Amino acid sequence: MPQHVISPNRPVQAAALPPPTAAVTLTINGTAHRLEVAPWVSLLDALRDYLDLTGTKKGCDHGQCGACTVLVNGKRINSCLTLAVMKDGAEITTIEGLANGEELHPFQAAFVAHDAFQCGYCTPGQICSAVGLQQEGRVRTTDDIRELMSGNICRCGAYPNIVDAIAEVMQTPRPAPAS
Amino acid sequence: MNSFTYQRPDAVPAAVRALTADPTAKFIAGGTNLLDLMKENVERPTQLIDLNRLPLATIEEQPDGGLRLGALVTNADTAYDARVETRYPLLARAILAGASPQLRNMATDGGNLFQRTRCYYFYDTATPCNKREPGSGCSALHGYNRIHAILGTSESCIATHPSDMCVALAALGATVQVSGPDGERSIAFADFHRLPADAPERDNTLRPGELVTAIDLPPAGFADHYAYVKIRDRQSYAFALVSVAAALELDAQGVITDARLTLGGVAHKPWRDAEAEALMQGQPATRATFERAAEQVLRDAKGFGHNTFKIELAKRTIVRALLQATEMPSAL
Repeated sequence: MPQHVISPNRPVQAAALPPPTAAVTLTINGTAHRLEVAPWVSLLDALRDYLDLTGTKKGCDHGQCGACTVLVNGKRINSCLTLAVMKDGAEITTIEGLANGEELHPFQAAFVAHDAFQCGYCTPGQICSAVGLQQEGRVRTTDDIRELMSGNICRCGAYPNIVDAIAEVMQTPRPAPAS
Repeated sequence: MNSFTYQRPDAVPAAVRALTADPTAKFIAGGTNLLDLMKENVERPTQLIDLNRLPLATIEEQPDGGLRLGALVTNADTAYDARVETRYPLLARAILAGASPQLRNMATDGGNLFQRTRCYYFYDTATPCNKREPGSGCSALHGYNRIHAILGTSESCIATHPSDMCVALAALGATVQVSGPDGERSIAFADFHRLPADAPERDNTLRPGELVTAIDLPPAGFADHYAYVKIRDRQSYAFALVSVAAALELDAQGVITDARLTLGGVAHKPWRDAEAEALMQGQPATRATFERAAEQVLRDAKGFGHNTFKIELAKRTIVRALLQATEMPSAL
């Protein structure tokens, strides 16, 4: 069922103006959603506040922490730094769309197995980023994982276990120890 | 963020007309810098003109043997394009030295040229800043200026240009293709960005209503001898304190037949020094030659206290980058 949602999430200055909304269709985790949104609504706010898909987290809201990472047309991006209107017609995958029913996505299972979090706030972004990383096909060593996951910050410092979890799923060899 | 209207033209002339009709509008492509600045109330456009439906998202061969990067190609797709990786590895390395994978998947090549400075005072609307509010003063000049410029500064602004990609484009001698109300024109990369002088609010030399449609790479890609060395406060996902794009052509005796040298993180624009390049021409590719070039580049450098360390750092980074470019195994 397509959903029609109007949110009160508008800037204060807009109070005196008729809200200029646009119709946007987003296919999220395989389901088409039709929204009426003001142009200033970020994709992140559309997911969280209009569609109640709160798995995607708002950390810094400035593209610095990666907690809001989702996949748009198969590529990982920061959903806080794009507008919902700009993604009209896009296919979006969020953390809610990765598991197959009760069966966890391999990255989800590996994060659990490796205890790759403490508070868990960055985890949805870390896992969506890892899915994008795998699809990009640029990882040869665990050093590559560290470099190419640098857009996801973990304030609890669970990085060693995050890298272990990702390396296990991607079967990444560790660099040979320096002789 | 202020309220604004939104439109999404599907052709270049329509986009140019839209911006010409509304000087308070802004183009948006990837949005990674503009939306951030709008959230900080540094940018307050009344209208966004979304460029993402324009047919500018391809990389194409040029008749002269160069490549044309459409303005809407993402930074990631550019850095990982097989032609760019093979023929312009300096550009690929510079792009991958910047931002994060998520940002590179969004940010466009055209948009990269329009990144604004990361000067703390430019971002902080509670402080004076001539770039943000002309005539209000420069807070960095006598403030905390560790990340600021050492070359080409003025009394009104010591901000730096933040791009890595643009440093490589300057070194390669790219050309910016522009479409505007008066038709199309080409701008040499060295002339695209400007020094602050007494108008730091202007980052570039575009005229009102103009749109960047493509960036052309010349045939010479310096794929055999190049280096992009970026020095920063953390190893990944940080802006440069100093970066150096170095590219050399060497003959069989190791003599320099062509040299390119451009610095990032030190000026209001990518800092390419033609005199330093000329000085290396015909000289052996040795540390002594590179040290002379480094002295030449920094001859007029001026520190402002917290950033004075950048002068020596830049010299050492230049020498290191040129040595790396020299010593890399030949592509063949």
